Amino acid sequence: MAAPIIRIDNIVKRYGPLTVLDGLSMEVLPGEKLALIGPSGSGKTTILRILMTLETISDGHIEVDGDQLYHMPKNGSLVAADDRHLHRMREKIGMVFQHFNLFPHKCVLDNVTLAPMLTKGVARAAAEKRAMELLDMVGLADKAKSMPAQLSGGQKQRVAIARALALSPKIMLFDEVTSALDPELVEEVLNVMRKLAAETDMTMLLVTHEMGFAHDFADRILFFDRGKIVEEGKPDEIFRNPRQERTQAFLRKIIAAGHRV
Amino acid sequence: MTDWSGYIGLILQGALVTVELTVMGSALAVVMAFLAGLGRVSRFMAVRALATTYIEFFRGTSIFVQLFWVYFVLPFAGVTLSPLQAGVLALGLNVGAYGAEVVRGAVKAIGREQREACIALNLTRGQAMRYVILPQALPLMLPTFCNNAIELLKGTAVVSLISLTDMTFQAQVVRAQTGSTLIPFATILVLYFLMALAISYAMRWLERRMTRGLDGVRT
Ligand SMILES: Nc1ncnc2c1ncn2[C@@H]1O[C@H](COP(=O)(O)OP(=O)(O)O)[C@@H](O)[C@H]1O
Ligand SMILES: [Mg+2]
Repeated sequence: MAAPIIRIDNIVKRYGPLTVLDGLSMEVLPGEKLALIGPSGSGKTTILRILMTLETISDGHIEVDGDQLYHMPKNGSLVAADDRHLHRMREKIGMVFQHFNLFPHKCVLDNVTLAPMLTKGVARAAAEKRAMELLDMVGLADKAKSMPAQLSGGQKQRVAIARALALSPKIMLFDEVTSALDPELVEEVLNVMRKLAAETDMTMLLVTHEMGFAHDFADRILFFDRGKIVEEGKPDEIFRNPRQERTQAFLRKIIAAGHRV
Repeated sequence: MTDWSGYIGLILQGALVTVELTVMGSALAVVMAFLAGLGRVSRFMAVRALATTYIEFFRGTSIFVQLFWVYFVLPFAGVTLSPLQAGVLALGLNVGAYGAEVVRGAVKAIGREQREACIALNLTRGQAMRYVILPQALPLMLPTFCNNAIELLKGTAVVSLISLTDMTFQAQVVRAQTGSTLIPFATILVLYFLMALAISYAMRWLERRMTRGLDGVRT
């Protein structure tokens, strides 16, 4: 079995007196597709944000692709990572946000080409060629010259996915990427994600309330509650046969709220 | 009967000085506004402290006193400036301090989400500022910059105190020589107004250019 590409070891995240992640440990294998589910406030977003280095950790260690994320070796011991180290680690990871976070002053094409040109020194022509391939993949090649404000939510999110993919990260993080969308636009984004899951061997971590999608998409489901992973397993195990009381309660509530499982 | 053409010529010469002061003062003010405004959001404490000190000092003391210091006190420290240099320096530093807060506010207004997108795309802090934050912050600054430039224009009159022959100074000369108050001061009233109008139009044109295709950004 391959070595894990992400190894999270006993991390703690506190905001003042509030402990959001409480000694969380987990491992992710290369190419694995994980769905993180659980009640709101249970720390799912926080763990993705920590992996993207948008938040720091209060305690513990995270290893990504063989290197420490928040630490680096120096004179035989581990010290806090400096900017250079963080930039090197961020190359491996991409993230798609709930609210897209596109650059509103740049056209779709420039949104996608900006980071490869700046961070990898890719020439404009090559960056644009790759961007067009990606936009084609998400079904938006004809919108390359549009401004984000001219797009629907679903289109914006597909651009955001293309933009993150343009850096070819090994790991992609998706934080409730459809929950800001009108219901009729959800499917077009999910379809892109299905295609991605089928066609690439990227490692993908996805936070979602779309249980049906999580079931089809994920190799493994992690159920979060109060800053801990309460239960994990294959989609069928979790959705058909949850062992933990809290998982059962959560799924009952979701089903009662009308979500398809 | 007074021959007004010569006197009007004098006032127009003064107008040129006023324009010069306004343009150069504004240029310095913009530079200072960005230096101090970005300094205020630096992650280095010393830079933040320096920027804050500059801003508080120049906002907390009057342009009048600042001009006198620059022109009459700096020579004691071995720095002698021409009246024009002194005027530009005092006006630029003074208005720049106000502009710095505008820069800081606009940069802060470009929210966390944009910064986080930059981190996720692995841009450096400098790249994020240059390619993502500032292009969006600039249109937010322009209306207030426009006000600041007009304030600066009006402030230029203070340099007549250090005997720089700006428009107000020349109007006083004309008044003394002709005994007429109405004509010289009506003339400079119109000229100041036209200059302010020109600034407004230029800024509005800039703003339109910058926000082209950017609807939905200025929330
Ligand atoms: N910046 C912050 N400051 C204080 N508390 C925060 C902050 N961000 C998140 N939290 C808290 O952390 C907890 C977990 O949040 P989050 O990871 O967003 O949960 P989830 O994504 O599972 O809904 C929540 O109680 C939330 O209020
Ligand atoms: Mg969340």
